Amino acid sequence: MSGLERLGLVEAKRLLARREISAVELTRACLEAMERHRRLNAFVTETPERALAMAEAADGRLARGEAGLLEGLPIAVKDLFCTEGVRTTAASKILANFVPPYESTVTAKLWAAGAVLLGKTNLDEFAMGSSNTTSAFGPVINPWTPPGQEPPLVPGGSSGGSAAAVAGRLCPAATGTDTGGSIRQPASFCGIVGIKPTYGRCSRFGIVAFASSLDQAGAFARSVADAALLLQAMAGFDPKDSTSADLPVPDWVGGLTGRVKGLRIGIPKEYRLDGMPAEIEALWARGAEWLRAAGAELVEVSLPHTRCALPTYYIVAPAEASSNLARYDGMRYGLRVPGRDLVETYKKTRGEGFGAEVRRRILIGTYVLSAGYYDAYYLKAQKVRRKIVQDFEAAFARCDALLTPTAPSAAFAIGEKSDDPVAMYLNDVFTVTVNLAGLPGISVPAGLSASGLPLGLQVIGRPWDEATILDVARALEEAAEFRALPPLLAEG
Amino acid sequence: MGWTIRGRTGEWELVCGLEVHAQVISKAKLFSAAATAFGAEPNTQVSPVDAGMPGMLPVLNGFCVEQAVKTGLALEAEINRVSIFERKNYFYPDLPQGYQISQYQKPIVGRGWILIDLPDGGTRAIGITRLHLEQDAGKSLHGAREGVTLIDLNRCGVALMEIVSEPDIRAPEEAVLYLKKLRSILRYIGTCDGNMEEGSLRCDANVSVRRVGDPNFGTRCEIKNVNSMRFVAKAIEYEAKRQVDILESGGVVEQETRLFDATKGETRSMRGKEEAHDYRYFPDPDLLPLELDEALIERLRAELPELPDAKKARFVRQYGLSAYDAGVLVAERAAADYFEKVAAGRDGKLAANWVINELFGALSRRGLEIDACPLPAEALGELLDLLAEGTISGKIAKDVFQKAFETGRGPREIVEAEGLRQVVDAGAIEPVVARLVAENPQQVENAKKNPKVVGWFVGQVMKATGGKANPGLVNDLVRKALGLE
Repeated sequence: MSGLERLGLVEAKRLLARREISAVELTRACLEAMERHRRLNAFVTETPERALAMAEAADGRLARGEAGLLEGLPIAVKDLFCTEGVRTTAASKILANFVPPYESTVTAKLWAAGAVLLGKTNLDEFAMGSSNTTSAFGPVINPWTPPGQEPPLVPGGSSGGSAAAVAGRLCPAATGTDTGGSIRQPASFCGIVGIKPTYGRCSRFGIVAFASSLDQAGAFARSVADAALLLQAMAGFDPKDSTSADLPVPDWVGGLTGRVKGLRIGIPKEYRLDGMPAEIEALWARGAEWLRAAGAELVEVSLPHTRCALPTYYIVAPAEASSNLARYDGMRYGLRVPGRDLVETYKKTRGEGFGAEVRRRILIGTYVLSAGYYDAYYLKAQKVRRKIVQDFEAAFARCDALLTPTAPSAAFAIGEKSDDPVAMYLNDVFTVTVNLAGLPGISVPAGLSASGLPLGLQVIGRPWDEATILDVARALEEAAEFRALPPLLAEG
Repeated sequence: MGWTIRGRTGEWELVCGLEVHAQVISKAKLFSAAATAFGAEPNTQVSPVDAGMPGMLPVLNGFCVEQAVKTGLALEAEINRVSIFERKNYFYPDLPQGYQISQYQKPIVGRGWILIDLPDGGTRAIGITRLHLEQDAGKSLHGAREGVTLIDLNRCGVALMEIVSEPDIRAPEEAVLYLKKLRSILRYIGTCDGNMEEGSLRCDANVSVRRVGDPNFGTRCEIKNVNSMRFVAKAIEYEAKRQVDILESGGVVEQETRLFDATKGETRSMRGKEEAHDYRYFPDPDLLPLELDEALIERLRAELPELPDAKKARFVRQYGLSAYDAGVLVAERAAADYFEKVAAGRDGKLAANWVINELFGALSRRGLEIDACPLPAEALGELLDLLAEGTISGKIAKDVFQKAFETGRGPREIVEAEGLRQVVDAGAIEPVVARLVAENPQQVENAKKNPKVVGWFVGQVMKATGGKANPGLVNDLVRKALGLE
């Protein structure tokens, strides 16, 4: 055990640049950690051979002085990003053997920057879930699970595999996608940093679609600086995605100061939920105090349509999903379960290929788009979504960033909320608004719950202003001094 | 056109509107870079986007948008500055995405109209409701192999313009005229090749009937698959009569989709109202609203060629043609251009006669389109010059035309090489006339009583000179020799 797998991205980059370590050594350390912690079930597919070949090539470029931004840095990729020649499953039985003949734009940028692919991480099936328990490849275990606890804790979702892998020091960083909180909530549950940039900042080309108007790629890492570095390499305009923005990507890495002096930080009063655990409330207040102490000004703001956000999200997202997932019909690729005729083949393929949560959302989505219901549900939801956007616009007239808890609780046990979809959906209460408004959001570990589990704070920014939320997050990170290690590692 | 159906209980009127799917001329598909050429090997023109692969996203082809705007401008229609692409959701194996990207609530083009040219030389306006852009589906080949259906995705994702008319059509023949005019306009502006055999132009008809004088519409049926000019009128007429029969026997027309069976010449039910799909249209979140700026619209407007109606009016004015002849000439832009080259600096009416009668006749006998005409317009012009100069007679001209059309040789060259110059030298004709007069005393006598016999002599002289003698001159010389002057 070399311990190199515990290095963060920025630190490893520095050591690689000085040739104190090699990309192959670093990659091997991660591959060994992945093997040691297979019990976490963080990966659907490990790619050790490809990883070592890529690391070797990276060492060559490092030696020749041709290093890219992420040269030689091993990364895990959520198994929702299509990777050419590497199985991409979306954690679904229906794509269990699907090997894409193309590369997603985000991962193509990573490889062009010199990053090394360690493997594809587990997730909720088609990114639908908040606990990583809907995966066809089994649940992911949160590395913060106290020793011996059964059932173990969930890592959050949907990017649970990526969060667990980064938290468990299987890799320094990982990609995720966030449709309603799928990066920020697992980051909070696993005690790491997770950032979802502004909708349109990263290309969606080659990412298996869940809800097109909400999906956005982002980064997991163990520090704000590391997250900024990974996101830097992922972001940018892509003519292959009509919703990606033709804007220059700022230098987030170079511009990261952590200075919040003079910034106005909004505290949305509607995020004080009835029945929210006192420790979450206390964490939030502590976070606000840290920022005030660092020179920021606190402003109470109102986001009056917050209470409509979850119902709106659970109409818009399933509606888009019901259409996006229609292509999985067993005709051209993926699972096909033959029936006596076409209709039966469709029914069997989709009935057996999709898990219960995916089927539930397809049903909801189909229902809300149906003739006679469209106006009452989908159209109404679109109108409310507009109101939510306006709420944020009004709030950002009075402040530069918002501070909220990331999730209403710490990680819960596998199976705890599985039979109550509405309780499960409540996990996303603080995060879905950000997706509905297309804003950038970041979760930073800010403390531990009474039972010793990580809790995160969320910073929300104006569209295209990732720089400010990175600085605010950095300030929180410095104040929080979150150094706790998951029991998995504390055990040795 | 005053077309009605006389039933047992009275006169019925047809109410019909057409939905035309016109394939946009474009090298690439509406949302992908895959090629669109007709007749390629199955599944060789398919991108991962067309095949509905995971994570693939549509990117709108700007050229197809320009083609739709151009078409809208040519139909004198409203161009909507903002239009929305929506998803039309349904399952079928030749629809890989599980939805067709189409336009529903906000199409790119709104109301416009088309003038149809009636056989009596008059015109009638048929309203256009809308034009929208959408993707074509792939092709299902049933029964090519036992128990399987094969799918060809080449056509999948190709850009179509759906052009919907108002229910303004009142006679089956008007539907044909509407289609012909629409096809002519599309071909003029180069936005659709109008080839119905290859499926570039497809037509569905909405048909209902009502008693003459009734202001209300009856229940309509949508007739699918009326995919040739020949069948359009037939299908509509059959369907209208079917509906009249139902109504007159006390029945009710069910709103349904019917399929036209070209071999049986009848329509049959495809699916009823209850089986109608719920397409669950909603705006495609992968695509932003399509916004058009004025500069683009104005550029496209400036690029529009002279359209058939304007050209027809000009031909009547400039060349003194009849409305009918002008209409025939402008139907195809290439034919109109050909005519104008022939007519340049010459007698327009004469040029029109030669193009319509001789050239179109020769082309149709050879099964050729005007684009493949072996006789260049300059050559036909040269022929008309030879005629005008008096170098050749009208009869010789027709022979020279045939030779030039078949061989591609120039008319003047043919005339010279084959010695077809008209003989205008009286000295060369007089001996022939004298000989015929001497050899046919009986006919000479007849001619004096019946002046028509003069024509026999003229004919004999023409025959003897191989048609080269100037007929006017021959006529004069014969009359002189017969002492008829």
